[in-house]
Amino acid sequence: MDHAPIWERWLRGVALILVVLFFMFPIFWILVMSVQTNETILRSPPSMAFEPTLQNYQALITGKLETQAGSLDIAFMQNLWNSVLLSVCSVALALVLGVPAAYAFARHKFRGSEDIAFTLLSFRFAPPLLVLLPLTLYFQDIGLADTYVGLIWVYQLICLPLILWIVRGYFEDISPDIEHAYRIAGHSWLSTFRRIALPLAGPGIAAAGLLAFIFAWNNFIFALVLASADKQPVTVGALAFVTASGIQYGQIAAAVVLSIAPTLALALYAQRYLVEGLSLGAVKG
Amino acid sequence: MSDPILELSALNKFYNPGSRHQVHAVRDLNLAVEPGEIIALLGSSGCGKTSTLRIIAGFEEASRGAVRLKGREIHKLAPAKRNVAMAFEGYSLYPPLTVRDNIALALKSRRAAREEVEKRVAEIAHLLEIEDILNRYPSSISGGQQQRASLGRALIRDADIHLLDEPMGQLEPQLRALLRGRIKHFIKERGLTAILVTHDQTEANALADRIAVMEDGELQQFDAPDQLRERPANLFTGAFIGEPPMNLFTAQARAEGGALSFSLAEGVTLSYAEDAFSPELRALLNQQSAVTLGIRPHAVRIAQNGAENDVPEGARAEVYANQWLGDQSHVAARFAGGSIVSVEHDRTRYAKGDVIGVEIGVDDLHIFDANSGVAISHGGVVA
Ligand SMILES: Nc1ncnc2c1ncn2[C@@H]1O[C@H](COP(=O)(O)OP(=O)(O)OP(=O)(O)O)[C@@H](O)[C@H]1O
Ligand SMILES: [Mg+2]
Repeated sequence: MDHAPIWERWLRGVALILVVLFFMFPIFWILVMSVQTNETILRSPPSMAFEPTLQNYQALITGKLETQAGSLDIAFMQNLWNSVLLSVCSVALALVLGVPAAYAFARHKFRGSEDIAFTLLSFRFAPPLLVLLPLTLYFQDIGLADTYVGLIWVYQLICLPLILWIVRGYFEDISPDIEHAYRIAGHSWLSTFRRIALPLAGPGIAAAGLLAFIFAWNNFIFALVLASADKQPVTVGALAFVTASGIQYGQIAAAVVLSIAPTLALALYAQRYLVEGLSLGAVKG
Repeated sequence: MSDPILELSALNKFYNPGSRHQVHAVRDLNLAVEPGEIIALLGSSGCGKTSTLRIIAGFEEASRGAVRLKGREIHKLAPAKRNVAMAFEGYSLYPPLTVRDNIALALKSRRAAREEVEKRVAEIAHLLEIEDILNRYPSSISGGQQQRASLGRALIRDADIHLLDEPMGQLEPQLRALLRGRIKHFIKERGLTAILVTHDQTEANALADRIAVMEDGELQQFDAPDQLRERPANLFTGAFIGEPPMNLFTAQARAEGGALSFSLAEGVTLSYAEDAFSPELRALLNQQSAVTLGIRPHAVRIAQNGAENDVPEGARAEVYANQWLGDQSHVAARFAGGSIVSVEHDRTRYAKGDVIGVEIGVDDLHIFDANSGVAISHGGVVA
């Protein structure tokens, strides 16, 4: 790599900058927008000269949106909390259910096990609306519509297959004889799973959990259809800024910044796991 | 004889039963191992050695048959409850632990005192020459070192039986020879019982009290090393045991005027005095239309007198290769439509194209049924 001629290294640098610009620009633009008022945002032509203001963030955090038409209550902080609650609980439940299942699929091949695993994955192929319409009716009947439990349940459609397939690949990569060596030394099946298989698949489980969290966090349609205002996550909550007196670009931008902050922080923190988890586990599975 | 410590009875293993890919890996295996014995499982690749060990250890279920260890039926028990130790073909060390902790894991988890664990790990490490890598992690040591660590992890345990799957395959011959002696001493000193899988006949001969020869999932012969060499039960063991392999020829036996002669291909005849064979054997040979003769290369004598005219017509062979291996010569010659190999202990002067006389003593003649391969006689006596 280091022996490449100078022009090649230079070219590579330029290419990298272009790619980074392309992907980072929207994030940069959102950041800039979030510290402007609607008037400066809507100026034509757009200009970088403006007085930064924190009023958008203030409005979000206090829950009072001041527009020309008057003051409006928004539940952004409640939305943010809902997002955290829904994503964390969904991923936690998916891990509790999915990791043992992934282990079972990796270690105990039985007739039809491959079909069951594939069926679970195929949940991700169907358009969500297809599932949602009948689900709404059922949920209303059994009283799960507009409840956290109901939403977390539906979120399993996102999280469970993801975790199952990534973690399964990881378990398959572990030589069964490593577990056998532990079992034969007098350990039960369960303690072998806990003490040998789980730690070895740790990075894969972390990656799968993280990815599932991001997917759950970014989900829009499930909550839009199944939940009312007080249960909705930020993705749906951002719709509130489309008000009667115009679209509040500044607040939307601030809301986006706040809502991507947790996932961005998580992803940066666990970048290594993510890349490893996705390139090793998923490809093999 | 005492009661066997391990008893396999009518053991069968099918992989993927009922499917198109069904493999009958172990066929009606019966084996009884005495306490304190070292048994070697010998056989070509894929003949079911590892499968047999895995059934004893409990990682594979026996399709049929029973496994008894110390009088307990163990084939339905979980591996943890069998009290069996195993060194795996693929080493299978636990990556997050150092070599030391890997070896000590079994002792630690049954809460042995720390000093005792340390003492025993040190002892094993010394035995296997791995003291200098005890604090390294499995991913940072060589294959041969991993193999010894894995062997150490099995040997340190006080199990009823130790299963060692090719425990020294990765090591160089010198180290292998050294460890062979030490391991045998270690096992015998502690009165352990072991089953060892190996591809190395020297290793099997040196380590094992008895050797089980397997082929295609079936036990061919289970006997002491010298018995395997001198009295192979069938053609397979005869050909499989011994290096270089046994010379084999198809022949017809004929009794005539006080002599018993075997006619081989291309008019070659081996004649012996009739009374060199037991009457019983002569009667048996009478009924056989064709037999297979086996002669160990070490038993083929080359007549000193190499000149063409001095060699009797019937025992003439033409040298086509002569290899000096550093301590012995392998002389290969065309004989009776095939090839015969003779092992000489000195460097010999035979060159390609030389005609030699081949002498085969009655005592060195192994006779097999040409159809079934079952041994008929060894050295003139019925098998
Ligand atoms: N899990 C499995 N599924 C299907 N077939 C298997 C399985 N394990 C082993 N076999 C087959 O069973 C037969 C015996 O295998 P086994 O591993 O016991 O051989 P081996 O004697 O140990 O060979 P080697 O000397 O190469 O280690 C082989 O034909 C192998 O292909
Ligand atoms: Mg094997």
